[in-house]
Amino acid sequence: MIALLIRDLRLAFRAGGGFGLSLAFFLLVAVLVPLGVGPEGGTLARIAPGILWVGAALACLLSLDRLYALDFEDGSLDLLATAPLPLEGVVAVKALAHWAVTGLPLTVVAPVLGLLLNLPAPGYGWLVLSLALGTPALSVIGAFGAALTVGLKRGGLLLSLLVLPLYVPSLIFGAEVARRGAAGQAMETPLLLLAGISLGAAALLPFAAAAALRVNLR
Amino acid sequence: MSVWEFANPRRFMGLSGRVLPWAGGLAVVFLSVGLIWGFFLTPDDYRQGSTVRIIYLHVPAAMMAINAWGMMLVASLIWLIRRHHVSALAAKAAAPVGVIFTLIALITGALWGQPMWGTWWAWDPRLTSFLILFLFYLGYMALWQAIEDPDTAADLTSILCIVGSVFAVLSRYAVNFWNQGLHQGATLSLDKEENISDVFWVPLVICIAGFILLFLALVLLRTRTEIRARRLSALQARERMA
Repeated sequence: MIALLIRDLRLAFRAGGGFGLSLAFFLLVAVLVPLGVGPEGGTLARIAPGILWVGAALACLLSLDRLYALDFEDGSLDLLATAPLPLEGVVAVKALAHWAVTGLPLTVVAPVLGLLLNLPAPGYGWLVLSLALGTPALSVIGAFGAALTVGLKRGGLLLSLLVLPLYVPSLIFGAEVARRGAAGQAMETPLLLLAGISLGAAALLPFAAAAALRVNLR
Repeated sequence: MSVWEFANPRRFMGLSGRVLPWAGGLAVVFLSVGLIWGFFLTPDDYRQGSTVRIIYLHVPAAMMAINAWGMMLVASLIWLIRRHHVSALAAKAAAPVGVIFTLIALITGALWGQPMWGTWWAWDPRLTSFLILFLFYLGYMALWQAIEDPDTAADLTSILCIVGSVFAVLSRYAVNFWNQGLHQGATLSLDKEENISDVFWVPLVICIAGFILLFLALVLLRTRTEIRARRLSALQARERMA
């Protein structure tokens, strides 16, 4: 399992694209929104948590179609499916690797982008916490969506249509935590719900994703 | 005799062929009685005037939009567990019907919201969750369209339907949490003291029955079409082999 994780991480770093691309995309979202809505500080501060969360969700989506695609094409996914490691474990590891190269860096750079967007001072910690708790769910849900569309020639657009509605609960609670944190309100409930969705998704979705992969490898 | 006998396509075709005209005919009768009664023979509401009559389309369509997804979920489970092809095809057949009902609910809701709330659209929990349901339907149908092999498509869409149901319920409660609504609570329920007045209630129930029958008829019709299409492609494949 660890070998697979290291292999996936190495591929992501060395092949280029996946790692830097989603970060650059995240940055672009944070730059384009002020250009679109105007530079006025108050407005930006109010919408900053939401923008960062939407940006994170879209950035996660960006690299999903590569999650299994290369392994599927060169046949290593077939090998992984017949390996002693259960396919559920493979999916979980791949989702973890995806999170480590998208969700984690996004979480780390989010405060800098928060600065660009005039996020109020009390919001930073809660923004980082909400992203740290919420982005794993985005990766696992994405791994499920990618497993559904892996056999398709042009699955990218379909993948976003399938995955984005599944992101809704995480997005709502995540942005709510960050917004309430920035406004200094109580955010316990959305925080717990956000963590609950992440844990539930991480526990159950690998089974659904592995089932979908088995169908696609048939 | 068990219900599973109708998983046999031939038996299903036989039964559905006999049920379909009745379901279709009764749907027409119920809908015309309910709608004519509701539109022309009920008094105006004391606050809403005659716009209240949108209820006869809005509520039944919204109910069936949700129930259609529920039916797809049951059919998907049956397909995954017992591998009856009719079940998978019924789920496939229900999706376009469900999406149209969702669309009807959204559009009639907008037409109703404009005079009553002064806005076509508000980010109210019920409205938002219906929009999300609409997106779920689109994703489900797009996945059916995208995959060529019918069994693979049936498996993958069934898995999507199950996972989607969980997330649809989650989204429903998430949007509740996210925003307080303009939309009123349930108009019809079995356990509440105060329901809609009887004058409106009777035609509304007739309309709901009409929508249920309409859904049944459309799904049966579409499932029969799917079964025939499957038979046709099987025949064509056999001819190519020969």
